Amino acid sequence: MNAPLPQAQAQPRSLIRIEGACKSFALPKGGSFDAVRDVSLDVYEGDIFGLIGKSGAGKSTLLRLINLLERPDSGTITVDGQELTRLSKRGLRAARQNIGMIFQQFNLLQNATVYDNVAFPLRIHDALNAPRLAARVEECLEVVGLADKADSYPAQLSGGQKQRAAIARALASRPAVLLCDEPTSALDAETTRALLDTLRDINLRLGVTIVIVSHELSVLGAICNRVAVIEDGALAEQFDLADTAVPRKTALGRELAWYGTEGYTQAAWKGVERV
Amino acid sequence: MFENVVNLLPELWVAFGQTLTMLAIGLSAAVLLGGPLGILLFLVADGQSLENRPFAVVLGWIVNTVRSFPFIILLVALVPLTRIIAGTSIGPLAAAVPLSFAAVPYFARLVEQNLREVPRGVIEAAHAMGASEFQIVTRVLLVEARSGLVLALTVLAISFLSYSAVAGVVGGGGIGDLAIRYGYYRFETDIMVVTVAILVVLVQLIQFGGNRLAKRIDQR
Repeated sequence: MNAPLPQAQAQPRSLIRIEGACKSFALPKGGSFDAVRDVSLDVYEGDIFGLIGKSGAGKSTLLRLINLLERPDSGTITVDGQELTRLSKRGLRAARQNIGMIFQQFNLLQNATVYDNVAFPLRIHDALNAPRLAARVEECLEVVGLADKADSYPAQLSGGQKQRAAIARALASRPAVLLCDEPTSALDAETTRALLDTLRDINLRLGVTIVIVSHELSVLGAICNRVAVIEDGALAEQFDLADTAVPRKTALGRELAWYGTEGYTQAAWKGVERV
Repeated sequence: MFENVVNLLPELWVAFGQTLTMLAIGLSAAVLLGGPLGILLFLVADGQSLENRPFAVVLGWIVNTVRSFPFIILLVALVPLTRIIAGTSIGPLAAAVPLSFAAVPYFARLVEQNLREVPRGVIEAAHAMGASEFQIVTRVLLVEARSGLVLALTVLAISFLSYSAVAGVVGGGGIGDLAIRYGYYRFETDIMVVTVAILVVLVQLIQFGGNRLAKRIDQR
């Protein structure tokens, strides 16, 4: 298609930069397993960036490198201009307020109400005084449509509601980035679609950059603008989902091609109408 | 038939008080010292946030060693220490020292075991939000494990109710001691029956209370 344009003018700001990240794990029987091999990657401000790969390909580990839940053996991680790999423990804890995260299993405190779960990140950082904290928690619950469930305990919620509570919790400290580790894999198709709508809404309205790991093509196809395919811990390819002109290198990349087309968009809308 | 029992009523009351004293001291020591020790055991174990294998091995070894002692031997072996702490080596306060000594590692293990039941993901989510180790202990681990911890304390209380019977060896007194001295050594079966019945009722009450509280604070 077009010759590479002189960059800079249209290029948005890189919000997450992974440079030469490697991570290996020691195996219980000796030896080691290279989960992430020399990955360099940029996620730009406003992206909904998908990481896809077979199970065990290292996509979750790569995601967890971004907020240093896993520390890379080598390479650097920079989020919002801050090089996380250089920070002290205390510095990293503060920086994590800027990076929300949600999980496949929701990981809510079971013995705390939805309200207390959402207030958790604000309380641990002593971020707001009491009335402002209450206002912020309610605001976040409003965003995910759970305002009426503030006093419920997670056990009283459906799977979709639990994930919404988790999203509200992740948004409480106004992060620039939301990391999603298989956020819909424990949910049914309809709940998944509604949740993806919420994520898209958060991206558009609040301007939160999203990185989402999933093994479901349909999930990434539905909301991502850019996708990276991970194979054996390495970055196999990355592309704009809408850019179907450039031939894809990987099987997963080719399968995703359909989701960039007009045909899919129409099919998806029909699906939404039926719900 | 019950005149033995009636004659013994004043002593029964004293014994009851002694039992409660020993339990209260032993359980307090367990919570105040064994609780933190159990949290430490959990945090330094493999795969946890303060993982430190040599330290975990040494700590585990110490805990196991104290727990290996048959209680009556611990009771006698600790007499010099008891003299230093309680100022005497006889009486319920003196008996409370070895009782506490045994209760601390016991409860530590129960705490460790209960904290392991807290899903890893919840701890991880707290880390991802930037919680410190101390905040994870107070706001995640203890909150999520609280009903299990209440049940652990219940188990401990019942075990130490029967341990306290052995305290008679150092003049610790208590209901169990009464059962042994009158019921067992002097063949006063009625005393034996009454004292054991009191112990049965106590155990039932402790377990009932523990279950109720554990259930009430569990929202999982």
